[in-house]
Amino acid sequence: MNPVSDLGALGFVLFWGLTALAAGVFLFRGYQLFRLVSLGRRSEKFGQVIKRALTALGHVIIQKCQFKNITREDRGGVGHLFIVWGFLFFVTYYFFFIVIASGFGIPDVMEHNKIYGYYTWVMDFVAPFIVIGTVWGIIRRYIVKPARLKGQQTAEALIILITVLIHPITHVGKIATQIAAGHPPAGLGILTPPLSTAVSHLYTNAATIAKWHSFWFWSHWVFVLIVLGMIAYTRYLHMIAGALNDLLRRTPPKGTPERIDLNDPSSFGVDRVDNFAWKQLLDSVACVVCGYCQEICPATFTGKKLNPRLVIRDIKTNMLKNGPFITKKQAPVLPLIGENQEGSVPMEAIWACTTCGGCMEVCPVYIEHVWEIIDMRRHLVQMQAKFPDELLNLFENTEQRSNPWGIAPADRAKWASGIETKPFEAGKTEYLFYVGCAGAFDARNRHISLAIARILDAGGISWGILGKDELCCGDSLRRLGNEYVFDRIAKDNIKMFQDRGVKKIITECPHCYHTLKNDYHQYGTDWEVIHHAEFIRGLIKEKRLKLNGNGDLGKVLFHDSCYLGRHNGIYDAPREVLARTTSHTPAEMKRRLNRSFCCGAGGGHMWMEESIGKRINHERVEEALKEDPRTICVCCPYCMTMFEDGIKDLKASEKVQVLDLAEIVARALQ
Amino acid sequence: MLVIACVKQVPDTTQVKIDPETGTLIREGVPFIANPFDTHALEESLRLKDKYGFRAAVISMGPPNTVVTLRKALALGADQAVLLSDRVFSGADTLATSFVLAEAIKRLAQEEEVAMVICGKQTIDGDTAQVGPGIATRLKYSQLTLVDQIQNVDLTAKKVKVRRKLEGRHEIVEAPLPAMIAVVREINRPRYPTVPMRLKSEITDVLIWDNKVMKLPEELVGLKGSPTWVRKIFSPQRTKGQILGDGVNKPKEAAHLLIDTLIQKDILAL
Repeated sequence: MNPVSDLGALGFVLFWGLTALAAGVFLFRGYQLFRLVSLGRRSEKFGQVIKRALTALGHVIIQKCQFKNITREDRGGVGHLFIVWGFLFFVTYYFFFIVIASGFGIPDVMEHNKIYGYYTWVMDFVAPFIVIGTVWGIIRRYIVKPARLKGQQTAEALIILITVLIHPITHVGKIATQIAAGHPPAGLGILTPPLSTAVSHLYTNAATIAKWHSFWFWSHWVFVLIVLGMIAYTRYLHMIAGALNDLLRRTPPKGTPERIDLNDPSSFGVDRVDNFAWKQLLDSVACVVCGYCQEICPATFTGKKLNPRLVIRDIKTNMLKNGPFITKKQAPVLPLIGENQEGSVPMEAIWACTTCGGCMEVCPVYIEHVWEIIDMRRHLVQMQAKFPDELLNLFENTEQRSNPWGIAPADRAKWASGIETKPFEAGKTEYLFYVGCAGAFDARNRHISLAIARILDAGGISWGILGKDELCCGDSLRRLGNEYVFDRIAKDNIKMFQDRGVKKIITECPHCYHTLKNDYHQYGTDWEVIHHAEFIRGLIKEKRLKLNGNGDLGKVLFHDSCYLGRHNGIYDAPREVLARTTSHTPAEMKRRLNRSFCCGAGGGHMWMEESIGKRINHERVEEALKEDPRTICVCCPYCMTMFEDGIKDLKASEKVQVLDLAEIVARALQ
Repeated sequence: MLVIACVKQVPDTTQVKIDPETGTLIREGVPFIANPFDTHALEESLRLKDKYGFRAAVISMGPPNTVVTLRKALALGADQAVLLSDRVFSGADTLATSFVLAEAIKRLAQEEEVAMVICGKQTIDGDTAQVGPGIATRLKYSQLTLVDQIQNVDLTAKKVKVRRKLEGRHEIVEAPLPAMIAVVREINRPRYPTVPMRLKSEITDVLIWDNKVMKLPEELVGLKGSPTWVRKIFSPQRTKGQILGDGVNKPKEAAHLLIDTLIQKDILAL
C-alpha cells in the first residue's frame, strides 16, 4: 500500500511538492536567522569540532538538558524526555519508511522485512509516551501553571504541543488501517504491533479502509511538514539552535567574560545588538523560554528588575527588529539598552546581576546570560561612564590605591602585625598566600587571614606574602564592566608574580581564586591557584594537621559560595573538611551545591546599594535560619559580610554565628 | 571663550607620614593625586563647557610628573592642558605660585578671551586657600570664593551669578566676567573618564611652559619669590586617652563621671 503511488504521478508531485515547500520555508527562515546571527562580531575560536559535536549529540540523546533540571519540586522535564525520546524514533521512521519508502515508491522493498516489523513494534510503544508527555505538558502549562511558566500560557506553546500530539495519533491510524486492509508490517507473521492492531479493529468496513489509510497517511505527512515549516519560526527552533548552542559553547571557565581588544573601539562594550559576538546572538535564538533561569536568579527572586530570560528575549527581539536595518548599513531603530519596551534591556536589570551564574548553570541550551550582561555593563562604564553613583568611589579607590575602600596600601600587611610572616621569595618560600583586599583590610575577615596563616604553619607549609606590595585582583571591576582598569590591574599583578617567581598561590577569597586562576589564564598564565578549602583538605588527607575533632560549634550549616561552587565546581572539599573537623556531616540548606543561592555580594554588589525588593542576603539568611543552625560555615569574605549583616538585621546574632571554614579548622587544631 | 581650571598635583595625604626625626614629609613611594578640591573645579569647568560651549583648559604648576594628573584632566574632557614647570618655579609659596599662574592665564588670554578661572577652595597639602584669590587679585578678575553653585552665566551682559556656601547660610552674588571662582566640594560630583577619552588623552600633547617661554623675573618666582619659609612640620602629639568608670556595668555612674570630667577640663560648660 502506498497512498503516494496510488494517486499516480500526481501523488509524487504532491508528496515532493509539499515536502519541498516545507523544506523551503524552513531553509528560508533558517538562512534569515543565520544572516542575523552572523551580524555579531567574531569571538574566541574554538577547536575540537568532532569532540564537541559528539558531546552535543550525546547531550541531546541522553537529554542532559532535562536531567539537570528535574527535581522533586519540578518534574516538568520528565514529559520532555518522553516526547524527545519518542521523537528520535519517529524521525528515523519518517526518513526510512516515509521519505524513502513512500516518496520513492518502494514501500515493498522497505517494509517487507523483519526490521520494519520490529520497528513498528517500537513505534507502538513510544507513541503513547509522546501522547502522555504532550498531554502532561498541556495540563501543566494551562491548568497547573507553575511559577516557572508564569505568563507563558501562549497560543504558540499550545500550537506546538498540539502539533506534537498529532504525530503519534496519525501514525497509529496509518499503521492500524494498513493492518485492517490486510497489509500488516511483514516479516513477523501474525505478531503485528499491539496498539495498532487493537485500533485496526475499529475499521470494519472494507470498502472505506483504503480511503482511511490514505487519509491517515496524508494527514500524518502534512503535519510533519507543517512542523518542519514551523521549526525556524517558533520555539521548535530550540531543537536545532539549542543543540548548536551546546556544540558551539565556550569552553569553561564559566563566568569569565571574553577579553576585549582595547585597541578596537567597537569592542569596548555592547550597546548595539551587532556588537555582541555571534555566539551571543545564537544564545538568544536558542532560548526555549523554559524559565529555569528566572526561577534560580537571586535578583528575580527578590523582586529586582532583572529577569535573565527577559534579557535574552530582549536581545532576540532587538536582533529581529534591527537586523534588517543593520544589514542595509542603516542605524538601528530600537535601542538595546533602554526602558519599558520589549527589545530593550533596562539599565536597572543590567546592574542587578550578581554574576552568581545560576542562570547559566540551569539553562538547558547553554545560554551565557552573565557574559551578555557584563558586555552591556562594559559599554555603560567604558563608553558612557554611566553607572550607579556608589561605584565611582570603588572605581577610583581601586585604580588609585588598589583596594575597594581606598585605604592606604601601606596598611595592607597590618593584619599580620601580631604574627610572624615571611615575604614571598622564590626558592625560599613555596606558596604565595594571596590575602586579598577583604582579608587584608576588613576587620572581620582579617581573622580568617590569621586562621589560614595558623593552619599553614601547623601544616608545616613554606609560605610567604607580598605584604604591602600585594594588589587588588580586580574581580569586582571586571564584573562591573570596567575592563580597562581591570586589564591594567591584571597586567600589573601578572608582572609582579612573574618577576617574583610565583608558581603556587593559595587564596582566601573565591573571587581572587577565580580571577587569578581563570581570568588571568586569558593572559597566558599557568600558575597553580588553590582556594584554602581545597588546600586544607589536602593537608588533612596528608595527615599534616592534628585536629581534636570537636569544638563548640553546635549544628554547622554550610553555604556554597558561587565562585567556589558553580563557577569552579568545588563542592566536596569544604564539606569534607567540615566532616573531618567537626566529626559530623554538615547540615545543608534547601538550595545548595550547584543550585545554591547567592549571598548577594557578587558581581560588584558588595559595593552597591540594594534598595529594590527584598535584600538578597535576608532571603538567604532566612533560608539558613530555617535549618536552625548554631554555626553557618562560609568560604568567602563576601559571604561572611553578607551573612553577618543579614543575621544582625534579622536579630539572630544571639543564636547563630558565622565562621569561615579556616576559622573552624584553626579552632580544632591541637 | 575659555574657561580655565587650575589643578595641583599633591601627595596622597592619607598615605603621607612625617619623619619624626627630621620633621619632613616622607614622600618616598607615596602616590600623587589631583588635589581633591581641584577635581571639583575641573568638573565645574567641564560642565560649563558642556552647557555654554566654552573651551576648557587646565593649567598646573609643578614638577614634570604633573603631566600624569593633567592627562587625567584631558581624559575627563579638557581640551587643552598646560604645565608650568621649571626648576626656578620650585619651592614657591602662594604668592609666587599665584604670580606664575596669573602670568600663564594672561598668555592664554592673548589667544582667546577668558570667561572664568575655576580653582579648588584649597589644597590638601598647603591648606591656605590663597592661590585662587591671589590669581583674581593679580588679574583684576571678580573674586568669588566658597562657591557651591554656578547658577547662571550671562554671556551678553558678561555676568555670572553664583551661590556661596557660608557658615549657616547661603549667599547669592552676581559679578562681572571674567571671574575667578573658587569652589567647595559640594558643588558637583566629578565624572569618570570613558575609555576612548583615556586613550585619546594618551596621545594628546600637554603643553609645557618653562621659564624660557614664560620669561618671568627669577626674583619673583619659586623659592626666591616666596616670602614664606617653612620652619618645621610636625604631627601634633596625641596623648592616649584613659578609660573612666565602668560603662558596661554602671552606665549611670560612668555618664556622671564623664560629664564631671568634661566640665573640669573646661570642655563642657553648664
